[in-house]
Parts: sequence; C-alpha cells; structure tokens
Amino acid sequence: MNIKLRLILGCTFVGALLAGCATAPSPAELDAQAQKAIKSSFRDQSFVKTSWLDQDLGLSACSSDQAPDQATADRIMAEALNTVKWPTGGQYLGDWRAGERLAQSGRGMTWTDKSTDPKENGGNCYNCHQIDKKEISYGTIGPSLWNYGKNRGVNELSSPAFAPIAQYTWVKLWNAKAYSACSNMPRFGHKNLLNEQQLRDIMALLLDPKSPVNQ
Amino acid sequence: MSKQLLVGIAALALCAGAMAQKSAADGIAEYRKMLEDGNPADLFEAKGEDLWKTKRGPKNASLEACDLGQGPGVVKGAFVTLPRYFADTQKVQDLESRLVTCMATLQGFDAAEIAKTPFGRGEMANVTALATWVAAMSRGMRFNLPQSNAQERASYEVGKRAFFYRAGSHDFSCASCHGEDGKRIRLQDLPNLTKNPGDGIGFAAWPAYRVSNGQMWSMQLRLNDCYRQQRFPYPGFGSEVTIALGTYMGVNAKGAESIAPSIKR
Amino acid sequence: MADPMRIRAQAAGDKTTVRVLMSHEMETGQRKDSAGKVIPAWFIQEVTAAHNGKTVLTADWGPSIAKNPFMQFVVKGAKAGDKISISWVDNKGDKRTDEATVS
Repeated sequence: MNIKLRLILGCTFVGALLAGCATAPSPAELDAQAQKAIKSSFRDQSFVKTSWLDQDLGLSACSSDQAPDQATADRIMAEALNTVKWPTGGQYLGDWRAGERLAQSGRGMTWTDKSTDPKENGGNCYNCHQIDKKEISYGTIGPSLWNYGKNRGVNELSSPAFAPIAQYTWVKLWNAKAYSACSNMPRFGHKNLLNEQQLRDIMALLLDPKSPVNQ
Repeated sequence: MSKQLLVGIAALALCAGAMAQKSAADGIAEYRKMLEDGNPADLFEAKGEDLWKTKRGPKNASLEACDLGQGPGVVKGAFVTLPRYFADTQKVQDLESRLVTCMATLQGFDAAEIAKTPFGRGEMANVTALATWVAAMSRGMRFNLPQSNAQERASYEVGKRAFFYRAGSHDFSCASCHGEDGKRIRLQDLPNLTKNPGDGIGFAAWPAYRVSNGQMWSMQLRLNDCYRQQRFPYPGFGSEVTIALGTYMGVNAKGAESIAPSIKR
Repeated sequence: MADPMRIRAQAAGDKTTVRVLMSHEMETGQRKDSAGKVIPAWFIQEVTAAHNGKTVLTADWGPSIAKNPFMQFVVKGAKAGDKISISWVDNKGDKRTDEATVS
C-alpha cells in the first residue's frame, strides 16, 4: 500500500475512533441521564408526592440487575434491623381472622386511595404469597406461607419454638431488608403501611396454631 | 349418611379442590381465548381509521401526511418500529407522543392540552383510538425497533435504569413484578420484560381492550396504571421515562410478533 | 348518534355466520358513581337483524348484557352479495342501524 493511502486510512481510522469515543456516553453519564429523566417525568398526584421517588441506600443499591457488594448489603441489613420497633407489651399475636382480611386486601397508598392512614391499607399478601390453601388465587413472587407456624414447630403458643420465630417474623414484616438487603417485600412497619395491631393480626394468621394456615 | 359415602364425598371434594388448583390458570386461559372473537378493540380501530382520514382541528387537515417513522403517511409497519428517533423533533418518541406531534403540527391542536387531558376523554380518547388503529395495521408483524442512533441507544439505557428503579411507599420497581421468569401476581401471569417474553406477550399485546372495565388501554395508560399500583407519583403523558421504558421493552421484544390490539381480562 | 357497529358476514355453503360488535355503554342502572349517585340505566332493549330486508332475528335485551356487546348468529340460505342489516333501540329511544354485505 502506498504512503498516501496508508496516511488517509490511518487518519480515517483515528477519526472514526475519536468520533466513536465522543458520542458514546459512559455508564456514569447514562446513570445521570436516567436520574434526570426520572426526576422530571413525574408529578404529584393526591397525597403521592415526587419526593416518594427519593431513595435510601437500601433502594439505590438495589436498583439494577446487579446485586450490591457484600459490604453494602451488610450495611443495609444492619441499618434495617435498627429500625425495628417491637410490639407493645411483647404481645406478638392478634386476631387471625382480621389477618386474613388484611392479607386479602391490596388497598392503600396509591393516588386513588383515600389517605395514608394505615387503617385504610391492606397487606397485599396474597398478591405475592400462597397463605391459606383454601385461597387458590395467590401469587408466586414470594414463597408459600402455608403451614408457616406448623412447619417451624409452633404447635402451641407456649412452645419454646414460638419466641424466636415470632421475633424473626416480626422483623420480616416490619423491615424485610433486615434479613435480605434487596428483598422485594414492602417494609410494612418501617414505612408505616400497617399499624401495630394490623401486624399482630397478620402474625396471628401465620403463627396462631388455631389459624387455618396451620391446620 | 353412611361413613363410606361421607369419605367418598370428602375425597371427591379434595380432588375437585386439587383440580381447581391446577386448572385455575388453564380455565382462565380458555376464557380469554373465547373472548378474542368480537374484541371490542375493533370499534376503536374503526374510530381510529376514521380519525386518521378526517379533516379536523384549527387547520382542518387530516393526519394522512403524518410521519410515524417510515415516511409521511406510511402506517403499515410503523407500530413495530416505535419508539424511535425523529429528526424533526430531535427526540425519541413513542406512538402516542408522535400522534400528538402530528395532531399539533398538521391539524393545529394544542399538544400540551392533549397531554393534560385524562385518558378516555376528549382528544386523549382520540389519541387512544388512533393508536389502536395504527397498532392494528402492524398486526402479525415482528418488533424491530431501530437502535441506529445515539439517542435511541441512550433511550434504551435510560429505560433499563428506570425499569430497575425502586421507590415509592412499597419499594417497587418494574422489575419487582416483571424481572423474573415464571412469576405471577394472584392468578395473573407476569411476563419477564428484561428479555423477549414471546409472541403476543407484554409490549407485543398493548394497546388492549380490558373487559373488566370496558376500556381501551394504550401503552401510556398501561404504564400509568402500573406506576399507580407501584405507589409511584403520576407519570406525565409522553414523558421521557415512559418513552424510554417503551424503547427498553420494545428492543427486548425484538422478533416477537405483535398481536395488538388484543383483549385482556 | 352512537358509534357504528362492526358487522362481518361470511357464507360457508348454505350457512352464513354473522358477527356483530355493537358500541354501547350498556349501563345496568345498579352502579354508583364516586359521589354515591346511581348511574342511570342505559342499555339496548331491542335488536333486529334482517337479510335482504326480511327480518331473521329479533332479540329483547336487558341490563345483564355486557358493555360493547358481541353477538353471533347463523342465517340459512344467504349467499355472497346479500345484505345483512342490524338495528338496535335502547331504553332512551336512541337507535342505530348498520349494514354489511355477505362475503
């Protein structure tokens, strides 16, 4: 190949390379573009505000198809565990009948709902979980909770198996991120989606030996 | 009643329960198949075709010169290549925002007014009907969105990040429901939208007529209601995130056959 | 006037299958709006189908028929080129007639 042709080809190649580098945005630039797009694409509606788009560490670290590194995950779980408020008087269980009603209801916190008062909210539970086997309309996003208490050795409330599993379950409902940094489960206690009595009722649905779930 | 008879009946009841458990999803699929004949989306298609060809608006013009990406007036095949970049607006646009652009530039309507109009009302209802017809004109064709320019590629990347963005009171993202294979919410199967979910599924099934509320739902309305149930604030009609999500899903669905406008529960 | 119906009429031998999609709210009169007020009943009460001008089907409908109703029936002895017309009248006295050619 003669020198002139080589020079032209060389310049063209470098030119193309430079042009390629100039137009392709880096992942960080795309992250920034996405943040900007998200901030500008939504508006307030009823009580749902654009501030609801703000993320804590537990959310920002879990917003991609890549899991966070172990150190970040550990930090998220520790912070989440710290948010847990234990039930007054150490009373973990309520009424499983009310718990079943809450598990069936998917209401609350959307811009068409009436208010943010937890009294109006449901637990959304059957959307993701099987709970009482009698209910065939259940989701599979979360594991089956059929025989939840029975499978964990809670045959009577006086059983020694009860206390540790009650605490574990309470934490899971209050702030699921305490045990799984990127858990898909809403943080019912921490985000004030359900109040203490409602959480007790769901606990009873899962753990009361008399609950249909444990038959 | 004899003990044996009682046991027999109990066994039968258990059996029926178990069968109902297994075939609930099958039963629903059967019901949906039956609904396909006489899809009321047909009525919206007819309306959309009429709107495309009728002279309307302050400029008293039809939409027949509207460029949906394949050149002015070319409708067949346009649906399966949207969202895409448009040189005249210098933006990546989806079907609905592009229809509004045409309604503004060709017919003289106020784009911002249309965007503010609630779904199902006024000119917004006309946008839905138009989108239904344009989609119908590509029925059976396979998705093939262009990613030939930088903005189209950026739109895909922004869409991907929006898809995984967790927020709202319940910490949901699109991926919470649509990020894995084989999941369902109650008895509603959830397509995995991080990849090609198959012919006629997900992005390839909207616009769709929803029997449960008798409404014609465009993709913008589908996304709007997704965000409502995710406990997010209100997504603007034709906003960058909604278009980027369309790009993400549409590119992922490359090769999937469009069955839009379809019928849903 | 209400939106047009979509009518398809296809002959297969001696039998023609007619499929009609009607555009109508079919409000039962039992629903309440968000303010708690009853949404007034508004539904198709009479449907008539004619083949080349001769009535072949009449139907009396009530509030249990769904919104945007779909109806399908078979006409014997119709052939390609024949006219099928469908008419409806609703409880407010509103009416609509549309026609299709058998293919």
